[in-house]
Parts: sequence; structure tokens; C-alpha cells
Amino acid sequence: MSTLLDILSSIGMWEAVLRIATPLIFGTLGVLLCERVGVLNLGIEGIMTFGAMVGWLTVYSGGDLWTGMLAAAAAGALFGLLHALMTVPLGLSQHVTGLGITLFASSLSYYIFRLAVPTASSPPTVEPFRPIEIPGLSDIPFVGQVLFSQTPPTYLALALVVLLAWGLYRTPLGLALRMTGENPHAADAQGIDPILLRIGAIMGGSALMAMGGAFLTLAAFNSFFPTMVQGRGWICVALVVFASWKPARALLGALLFAFFDAFQLRLQTVVDGVPYQLFLMLPYLLSILALILMARRARVPQALMQPYRRGER
Amino acid sequence: MTRVLELDGITKRFGAVTANEDVSLHLDRGEIVALLGENGAGKTTLMSILFGHYTADEGTVKVEGAELPPGKSRAAIKAGVGMVHQHFALAPNLTVLDNVMTGTESLWKLRSDRRAGRKRLVELSERFGLKVDPDARVSDLSVGECQRVEILKALYNDARILILDEPTAVLTAQEAEGLFATLKDMAAKGLSLIFISHKLGEVMSASDRVVVLRRGKVVAERRTAETSKEELAELMVGRAVKRPERPPATPGAVLLEAVDLSLGGRGGASLKSVNFRLHANETLGVIGVSGNGQTTLAGVVSGLHAPDAGALLVEGQEVTRFDVPHAIASGIGRIPEDRNAEGSIGDMATWENAVLERIWSPEFSKGGVVKRGAARAETQAIIDTYDVRGASIDGRIRLLSGGNMQKLILGRVLNAGPKILVAAQPSRGLDEGAIAGVHERLLEARGRGAGVLLISEDLDEVMALSDRICAIVNGRLSPAIPAEKANSQLLGLMMAGDWSAAEKIEGDNAL
Amino acid sequence: MRFERRDHPSRGLTLAAPLVAILAALLGAGVLIAIAGANPLEAYRLILKGALGSRLGFSEMLTRATPLILTGLAAAVAFRARLWNIGGEGQFYMGALAVAAFGMIPAIAALPAPLAILFCLIAGAVAGMVLLLLPLGLRLKFGVDEVVTTLLLNFVAVLFVSLMIEGPMKDPLAFGWPQSVPVPDSALLPKLLERTRLHAGLVIAVVMAVTVWWIQSRTVFGMRARAAGLNPRAASFAGVPLGRTLIMVACLSGGMAGLAGAIEVMGVKGYVSTDLSPNYGYSGIIIAMLANLSALGVIAAALFSAVMFVGADSMSRALGIPSYIADVTVALSLLTMLVAIFLTQYRIRK
Repeated sequence: MSTLLDILSSIGMWEAVLRIATPLIFGTLGVLLCERVGVLNLGIEGIMTFGAMVGWLTVYSGGDLWTGMLAAAAAGALFGLLHALMTVPLGLSQHVTGLGITLFASSLSYYIFRLAVPTASSPPTVEPFRPIEIPGLSDIPFVGQVLFSQTPPTYLALALVVLLAWGLYRTPLGLALRMTGENPHAADAQGIDPILLRIGAIMGGSALMAMGGAFLTLAAFNSFFPTMVQGRGWICVALVVFASWKPARALLGALLFAFFDAFQLRLQTVVDGVPYQLFLMLPYLLSILALILMARRARVPQALMQPYRRGER
Repeated sequence: MTRVLELDGITKRFGAVTANEDVSLHLDRGEIVALLGENGAGKTTLMSILFGHYTADEGTVKVEGAELPPGKSRAAIKAGVGMVHQHFALAPNLTVLDNVMTGTESLWKLRSDRRAGRKRLVELSERFGLKVDPDARVSDLSVGECQRVEILKALYNDARILILDEPTAVLTAQEAEGLFATLKDMAAKGLSLIFISHKLGEVMSASDRVVVLRRGKVVAERRTAETSKEELAELMVGRAVKRPERPPATPGAVLLEAVDLSLGGRGGASLKSVNFRLHANETLGVIGVSGNGQTTLAGVVSGLHAPDAGALLVEGQEVTRFDVPHAIASGIGRIPEDRNAEGSIGDMATWENAVLERIWSPEFSKGGVVKRGAARAETQAIIDTYDVRGASIDGRIRLLSGGNMQKLILGRVLNAGPKILVAAQPSRGLDEGAIAGVHERLLEARGRGAGVLLISEDLDEVMALSDRICAIVNGRLSPAIPAEKANSQLLGLMMAGDWSAAEKIEGDNAL
Repeated sequence: MRFERRDHPSRGLTLAAPLVAILAALLGAGVLIAIAGANPLEAYRLILKGALGSRLGFSEMLTRATPLILTGLAAAVAFRARLWNIGGEGQFYMGALAVAAFGMIPAIAALPAPLAILFCLIAGAVAGMVLLLLPLGLRLKFGVDEVVTTLLLNFVAVLFVSLMIEGPMKDPLAFGWPQSVPVPDSALLPKLLERTRLHAGLVIAVVMAVTVWWIQSRTVFGMRARAAGLNPRAASFAGVPLGRTLIMVACLSGGMAGLAGAIEVMGVKGYVSTDLSPNYGYSGIIIAMLANLSALGVIAAALFSAVMFVGADSMSRALGIPSYIADVTVALSLLTMLVAIFLTQYRIRK
């Protein structure tokens, strides 16, 4: 019991929660943006992988860390464009296209990675983002130490939650995006081009996913290796359902999830006799549980997965 | 009179089909023009071109003298054209204000001015007597309220020309009356309106001028005051189509009986203690505004869902298993409400569509293996007997026209020789020729001894085909009155829930 | 620019679609090979030579194609009924694990070979089914979308395999390597060719493809499953029991993926480890799409993928191009195939 309390009261644990949550926040916001305009983007797993690779490669070949993040975002947007062109104007199956993007983007990442690093027993490392302590705030005991001594991308992710929430609910563009995801015919009838908005939102969302991937190589770890995304993308897709497509709840979901992840990591070290695989299964099982809890309650964007063509209903 | 709108020489083709051919029409300020035509005459296409949803192959659209760029709905909105769609273009999850304000501000503003939007919406709704709550979620609104929101959307965009596509399709008679009163008021305030319709009654009562469209062409234009229902009917259809007359018949034994049938929630509206008897050689018409439980009633009889309480008796035997194979095996034939969504699978072959609902029977399968020969032979027989044009055994059914699709459905149902026929909205969306054909088939079935349960929203259809008529209101079924005693006024009362006259008639008949 | 649905998609176009798609993918991958500084044509020549140019290469290719046919069938069967089974990878592993577990039962090991093989195959198929019935149950009961659940269960399944082979099923003689106890000899599939790895699993896979084709095109269940996938509402109006049909589809689909895992263990490896599958489950999705969801087409699509994978290994050694190029090409061909199918169904209008 006291070990549990020790874990829960340690600053390290709570710092880790935010750190683990960061890629999930990026990814979840990305999925949310895509689905809010009515498009499922199962490309996320591959786009995150590609973002991780591009971010790492940029920095490895001499770029600075933010250039790495930016390059990842740009690459993500490009894959987003591919997904968007196939699913929006062509109206192809969003499921299959997304999976195709994932398979394509991840194998392309490995290919490029192998070209860059043909033979190396251990993957080459880069100098990652360092935590920045925000003067004044980071001195607040506990809360300050947890919240304000993170790496810059974490702050960015938190800012993005606010930005996206504001954008979706307070701006005309946000209303147009939501309308596109609820009823593209209605958006069209009001002179808004749902096709353009969908393409734009998917590109933006995919850029966010790729930044989530880049966080892995540029802040959480310091190198790239295949399969490093480990299903985080799929977990983000589940988290968006859990969040009922709301940015603030997405943040909550990511934090909750990260909490369990950080907690199980620490628990592994103190609990004997339980195979570590059971702990590792937890994140996936929790995601499934979240889906079960929310599946019937969530307010799904009504036009999700419905391609839009003028004149077809 | 100022001319506010002018369409000149509009032609639009979809592949080999010409939807509009050299159509010209105009609209003056303060005028209400009815665009009359059958289903498939090209009315909606024409209005979609005007609104910029489609690009015309030829021709121009001028609003107040200025030509509209083709294919840009934004330009149409800016020029003051507003469109009220038949299928409401609303997002049920969003509020009324959200729906109205979408796309009305510059997209790149950092903050939406909702206060100003709300003020404007409230003003407009007061000025035109269109009452709605700006903060209500659209999913909570009634159909009539949704339509008000649609109109408000157009007005909010400063529409001076309003186009309404089949505005009364989903309204009750009272709601429709209210709507036309509003429209006349709007015209008096200087707006100009076009409404699309195929209903002669409302065209006669609400419009100043009528433009008749047939097969994509303007065939006539009349001042409403100078024409008649009869003339318009003939212009619209192109020839005098006579719907078949109902020959007299003596009802036989009770084939289908519902005793206190109740079902909550599932399959749309609920049913509350529904009772009726359907005899051999008889058509029982069930009239009602959509959403009052008729879909659910058809569903229960068709074997789609089991009732929560009450019983359904087929030839005196209580139905215990409510599934489709049992329903069909007990002699129930089912014509679905929605041909495309429910009655057919567009990407399957004609033969598969023809036999799927009876695939379990020994006629079409043995030991789980499909008897393809028998199935194909049956399909060919249906195609021949029921004159399904454009269908081939292996072709996909998606390409059939509405009328031919309905022929195929009638064929697959009637070829099984059902004793009881449930026909839900059998002529919805069909043109006059096809409607006459459907009616003929239904009368034939009745003539050979079947009982027909006709569920329809079309007053004329129900009065023409039924021996007895009852109304369904809020899941309850009114007493049935004999067709001879029915008239549109009495049925209107019954559909509105006033059953006193009907009860009296039923009482008299029982004596 | 608009897209207009073709009234009658021609048979020729439909058959040409996969070829065009593969050509386009090869073209795209060719650019990547050129960027890496090699001649794409030379690379493709070496890939073909590696996979088809020798008895060993050819047998390796067929060995590789065997599980791919089955995972391809798993995806094709499910997708036709709009059951999004993306969990082929997990089902593959569960099938494999079930064989190893079954083999540990002395009574099974003692059976004569044909019976032991049969029991193990069934065990593998059932294990795959179970892993798919779980998410299907969640969909039917709670409305949970099976895409994400099947994806997530892939990770759970591999972790479960890892748990078992490091725990109760660990091979004590494997010098600490995490691998399962070997499958008994009686349950090993016979070889088809001497001195190669090619085994009888290929025959099973081909027979399965033909069987699935027959089920889909000739049986009441096949017709109903397709109807349920194309238009659930109309299918249900026509009396198709949606839930039951989906459960049967899931059994068939999960069974095929499980069988793939079982056969891979019984034919090639002889034991289970967590690197048993180089993404066979995910590749199955691509193969199903390349085959346009046709069961017989799956065989051809699996052969194409196997040629790429096996050939790329030897090409990679010769030219120094990462063998991931095969994965890239195959994944790219999925995307190009989607577009190609679209073009068979729509024409572009101005």
C-alpha cells in the first residue's frame, strides 16, 4: 500500500504522465480534426512512424530540433493530402485507404531509415529536446515541478488543445468544419465547399499526428527504430471516441491513459510474480474498455465515413 | 413588375440522359410561381442549376439582370437566391443558430459574432412569423420547425428569391396550410418565390403562375387564375392516364387480425394497442402523416420486429415467431416503403434480388446450396410477366428506374402467391404511368382473393384502392370507415386525431 | 471535374485493374530505387530471378505465399461482409500458439500423423475464430467499431504469445531464447519438395481458397453474407439474420487467419516465437484488396506479394537496396489498386 502511495506521490511519476501523454495528445487532436469533418484516418499509425523518422532524420543530418518537428509536420500533411485525395474527391473506403497509408508510410519510413543508416547495430542517436523550466512557475512545489519542467513540444501540445477547442467552437471556420462533419450537404447549401474543408482538415490533422511521432524520436527517446510507435496511433483513434470528439476531453483521455501507463511501468518494478506482459497489455485493454464505455454514448459526427458527392444522397 | 430572375435556354445532360432541355422561365418581384411536374421531370435538377449545385451544359441564369457564374452556390447566395431543400440540409447535432450561421461570416475571423447572429435570427423569425428557439438542437425539432429553420437560413442570407423543393412533402395538412400562408405573406413583403410540386391542389391554391415541366422541357405556362386542375393534370402527365377503378368485391374470411398490438421505440414511432381485421378480397387502407407508426406497423406484419404486447393472427393462428421467413411462409407478401434502401441491394444481380427473401425455401436452395437454375428461371419469369424493362438476370439492379424496380418487387412478391399483401407507400416517387400499373397489380391481388393492407400517405391513392380506410395517428389506429363514406375532409380530420365522426360511422355500420 | 458512375463496368477493365495497379506501384517504387542509386529495372530483374529463377527461390516463394493466401482469404471474406477484421496478425499468432499448446498434450502427440495434423489445424482455426468473435461480440452487443478493437487485439495477442512462451510453454532446451516447446513430429506437415521448406500447407491453402470461393458464390450463407455487407437494411428486410451471418463470417475469417498461423508453425518453424510473422496478417489485407476480394484472386495476389518479398531479399544483398522496398511496393500497390478499382467504376467528366 505504501509503495502505491510512494508511486502516486512521486514527482517523477507525474512528470512521466505528461511526457507519455504528449504524443497521444498530438495524435488524438489529429484524429479528432479529421473525424470532425467526417473522415476516419487510419493512416495515423504510419503517419506517426513517418513523422518519427523524418523528425529524427532531419536532426540527425544537422537540422535543429524545431526544424525536425516542422519537417515531420510537413511530411504528415503530405500523407494527409494523399489520404484526403483518395477518400474525399474519390470517396474511396476510408478504412482501407487509411490502412494502406499506414502500411505504406511505415514501410517507407523503414526504407528511408535503412538508406540513411545502412548498417548499425544500435540506432544512431540525436540530442533531444531538454525540459525547459519556466522561471517562477516551475518552483511551485509539486504542481509547478510537474507542469512546468517539461520539454517544449509538451507545452505546444497543451497549447494546441486550447487552440483547437477555440477554433472549433468559437470561430466561423470551426462551425463550418463541424457542419461539414455533421452534414456536408448543409455546408454546401450554405456556400461552403465541404471537399476543400475536408482536405484541409485532414492535412492539418495528419500534420499533428506526425508531430506526435516526431516527439517520440526528438523528446521521449533520442533515436528511431522500427515499430517504435507500438500501436499509439490506434490508441489515439480509440481515445477520440472516448473523448466524444471534444478537444478538452481528448486531453483528459490522453492524460488518463498516460497515467495508467506510467503507473503500470512503476508497478512492474515493485510487484513480483506478475508477468510483465500483462502490464504491457494494459494500455490496449484499457483502450478497448474506453470504447465499450463510450460507444453508445458518444455523439458521433453524423457524416463520419460518408463520402460526399454533390447530387448523391 | 420587375423581373428578378431569368433562366434562359438551360440544358443539362447526365451521360445519355437529358434532364433539362432548353428550359426558360422567369420570376417577377412579389410573385409565387409553381414549378409543376411529375417525379423525374427535371424540376430539382433545374433548381440545382439555378442554385449553383450543378453546372448547366447550355444556357444562362440571370438574377436581377446580372448573370450568375455557373456552378457556384456561394455566388447564388450572394445574389440573393435561397434554397429550401426537400431533404432538409440541417445538422441534427447542432443548434438552430449554428445551422443558420454556418458560412455566413468570413471563415478567417478569429471569433464568431454569435450575439449579432442571434439578434438577427430572432428579428427575422419575428418579422416573418417563423417561431423557433435559436438554442434548440435541431434533432429536437419537429418536421415543421425544421422547415422554418430552412427558410430562416435563406432569409438570414438576405435571400430575395426563395426556391422551395417539394416543401409540403413531409408536412401535415395543417402545417402545409400554415406554410403557404407564410409564403404569401413573404411575397407580399416583396420576396419572390418558386415552389416545386407535383400536387395539383396546392399549386392551384398557392401560386400566381404555373410552369409545367415534362421530361425536362417546359410544356406549358399558365396564370393560375386561368387554368384548372384537370388541365394541369393532363399537361403534367402528357396524356390522360386513367388510374384503374376498384371493382366491387365481397370480403371473405378474416385473414389477418391485430389484437392490441403494441411496440415501443424500435423501427421508428411506436404502436399503441392497434386493432384491425383484414379480410380476404379486401383492401384496408391505413392513411397517416409519416412518422405516426405506419412504418412500425408494416414492420411488425412483415416480420421485422416482434410486438411488445398484443397478438397478430394470420388466418386465426397466432404468430409466435416474428421473422421474415416465417412471415413469408405464412403467406404474407411485403412491399417495402423504400425501394432503394430496403427493397433492393443495388450492387447485387437482379436474380439475387429477386429470390433473396425466399432463398431459404426448398424452391431455391437445398442443403444450404443455392439452386441457381431455379432462381434464374424464376427471375426470368418475373421479368417477363411483370414487364420489368431494362433488367437482365445477371445485371445489377441499381440501374433500374423507380417504376421498373417496383415492378420487380411486385413481381417477386406476387409470384409467390401471397394471401396477405402489405404494401407500404407502393407508389411513392413514381410517375403517373407507373402508379397506374402498381394500382392495377394491387387490385388484381385483391381480385384473386388476397387481403391487401395498404399503408400510404397519399389520400387519392387510399381512397381509390381501399374498401375500408382507417387513419394512424401517434401509433394508434382509428376505427375503419367504408370507402364510400370517405372524403378528404373526413380523412383529414381522422389524420389529425379527431375520430368522432369515424366512430359514429363505424357504429352505424355495425348495426 | 466530376466523377460519374459507369453503368456497366466492363469485365476487361475489372481484370486489368490489378495489373495496372501493380505496374503503377512498381513505377513508384522504381523512383525510390533510383533515388537510392540503383537501376530499377536491374532491381526488378534480380527480384524476379531471386524468386523464380531457381528451385530454391521458387520453393521459398511458394512457402512464403502459403500463409499469405490464408490471411488474404481472412481479410477478403470479412471485408465482403463489411466486417472490418484488421486483426489477422493477432489471429495468426493465436492459431500458431494453439498448435503449440495442443502439441504439448501427450495424447495428441501420440496420435498418428494425419489425425494429429487434423486436430492441430482445427485447434489453430478455432483459436483464430475466438480472437475475432470477441471484437464482433463487442460490436453486436455494445456497438463498438471492430476496426480499432481488432487492431488493438493484435498487440494483446502478441504479448500473450510472449507471455506463454516465456512462461508455461517455454522450451527449456532453447538456451533461454523465448520460444515455445516444439510441435511433436506427428503434427508436422509433410514436405512437398525434398531439400526445400515447401510443405503441404500450400495445398491446404489452395483448397481453402477454392472452398471459400464456392461458399461465397454457391451457398445461401455466401449470398446472405454479401447482402449483409452491401446493404444491411435491405438484407435484414429480406430476412437475412445479420448477427448470425456476421458471426459465421467471423468464424470463417478468423478461422483462416488462425489456420495460417497453425500451418506456418507446423510446416516451417516447428515452434512459436514472437517473430513468427513478418506482418502476414497486415499483408493479408493488401492481398485481399489486390484480389478485389475474390477468393480465387487471393491466390494470384499472394503469389505477387511472395515474389516481391522473397525476391527483394536476394536483390537487396546484390544491390544494397534495403529489402523494405518490397513492403513499400506491396503497400503502394494497395493504394494504387484502390484508385484502379475506382476508375473501373467511374469515369471522369469535365
